[in-house]
Amino acid sequence: MLAMNYRGPFRVRVEQRPMPEILHPEDAIVRVTRTCICGSDLHLYHGMVPDTRVGSTFGHEFIGIIEEIGPLVTNIKIGDQVLVPFNIACGKCNFCKQGLYGNCHESNSMATAVGAIFGYSHTAGGYNGGQAEYVRVPYANFGPTVIPADMDPDDAVLLTDVVPTGYQAAEMGGIKEGDTVVVFGAGPIGIMAARCAWFFGAARVIIIDHIEYRLEFAKNYAKCEAYSFKSMADPVVFLKKTTDWYGADVCIDCVGCEAEGNTLQTFTGKVTLMQAGAATALQWAINSVKKGGIVSVVGVYGPPFNYVPIGNVLNKGITLRANQASVKRLLPKLIEHVQAGRLNPKGLITHRVPLEEISDAYNIFSKKLDECIKTVLIPSAKH
Amino acid sequence: MKTENQDYKNIPGWGMDIDIDNEPTYPMKNYTGDDHKRSNYERSEQQKVDVELLKSNERPQYSAVFGNTVPPSGLSGIIRRYAFKHSEDRYRHWIPLILADRVNAWEGIIEDIGNGILPNVLAERGIKSELRYNAKNFATKTLVTIAATVLSIALIKKRK
Repeated sequence: MLAMNYRGPFRVRVEQRPMPEILHPEDAIVRVTRTCICGSDLHLYHGMVPDTRVGSTFGHEFIGIIEEIGPLVTNIKIGDQVLVPFNIACGKCNFCKQGLYGNCHESNSMATAVGAIFGYSHTAGGYNGGQAEYVRVPYANFGPTVIPADMDPDDAVLLTDVVPTGYQAAEMGGIKEGDTVVVFGAGPIGIMAARCAWFFGAARVIIIDHIEYRLEFAKNYAKCEAYSFKSMADPVVFLKKTTDWYGADVCIDCVGCEAEGNTLQTFTGKVTLMQAGAATALQWAINSVKKGGIVSVVGVYGPPFNYVPIGNVLNKGITLRANQASVKRLLPKLIEHVQAGRLNPKGLITHRVPLEEISDAYNIFSKKLDECIKTVLIPSAKH
Repeated sequence: MKTENQDYKNIPGWGMDIDIDNEPTYPMKNYTGDDHKRSNYERSEQQKVDVELLKSNERPQYSAVFGNTVPPSGLSGIIRRYAFKHSEDRYRHWIPLILADRVNAWEGIIEDIGNGILPNVLAERGIKSELRYNAKNFATKTLVTIAATVLSIALIKKRK
């Protein structure tokens, strides 16, 4: 089968690889029909995530058709069209039982600091991902969800990560009616978080980035205000001023470890790797939120550590909330939003590319060329 | 759950102010109290461990299922094995892993050549899209690289 093969930072290719096998009685094999490149895949692509081994296949956003099931799989059957949450969850451990499906304790032997994620380094479990024609899906009784018959596959594939992560970012903000919400990062997740902030009663939603075409896209898609931090002397002062010198009620970090905008953060986090990436967005979020406000983090950071103003979290009485999205928990509600037309996930897709052109697809997404927002890879023309 | 003080429920006022709605992680977490049972939960059958699997030393056993891809090998594998002797709290876990990743990239090139494949690094880096959408930037970078190389060679020759 064809699959993506990581060869080192900024180097990926597609090649023939062995078919995945059932390794556990609760496994399934899925024939991938749509898969995406996620902004967080870029952290792997850029060599920012420890224990990303050469020969790995990335891809944690995918949908497909069940081709084979293990002897204990009863909740799905061969031929079902399924969307597969990006986190691998058993559904039985104490964390899963409490809805923390992004923190399953029985899917990742290699780290306790993170649950397992398809195709996301050995730190996240060492599983191959869905940027391939076929993929092994563990815990198939729990994770894969049958796609409603009337749902567009392009909508379905974005329900595996982008929509739930953006939604949970807003949900963790504890947004109250009338709140001002600031989202840092106008990538797909940030745009979705800004869009979802309205569901919780926000009165004002502001998105901050520095890439003009993305700000323009966000303004139209999420019906929010959009500003470039490059046009500001100091983004924190700008946000204080625009909130009557009070601070935003809720700030959401949808950027993570590859933020731009602060020379010291960039030098220590991206140039010298003295911290787990540049935490500029988180720093701005902490410093822009009001006293007693809430900072929600879904931007991805590496495990070691980051320089963030934790003293200000204490002194301002900020509540800091963060997690990998609990996709399975959110799916029923989000499917309903999509089917009712309240959310339009596929509106984020700007590029549809054959899997064979993955090297160019990564380069385009990484460098934000051709006004790219979201790329969908299609494994084979026959799909 | 283990506790030093078995009689803690008799401490005056114990539990009087319990408010189950005061769950800061709700709705992410629907608190059930099962956390206090620790690791006593129903577990799936253990996946057969038939590859070398590095395990975090912060857990006593392998997870019931795991990824079996790309077992550690070569010099990067030696570094990774060293890293996994240390907990996720330690720099000596993460920094060796980053180092191993860099070593592994070179091992990948050697492996390719060993398999009779000359890695097409430009194609792997997306040269087609670079020329199509970012040609000016690519040309500038190429010229700067060539100029820096020529200058370096000239300086080395001059020193000799």
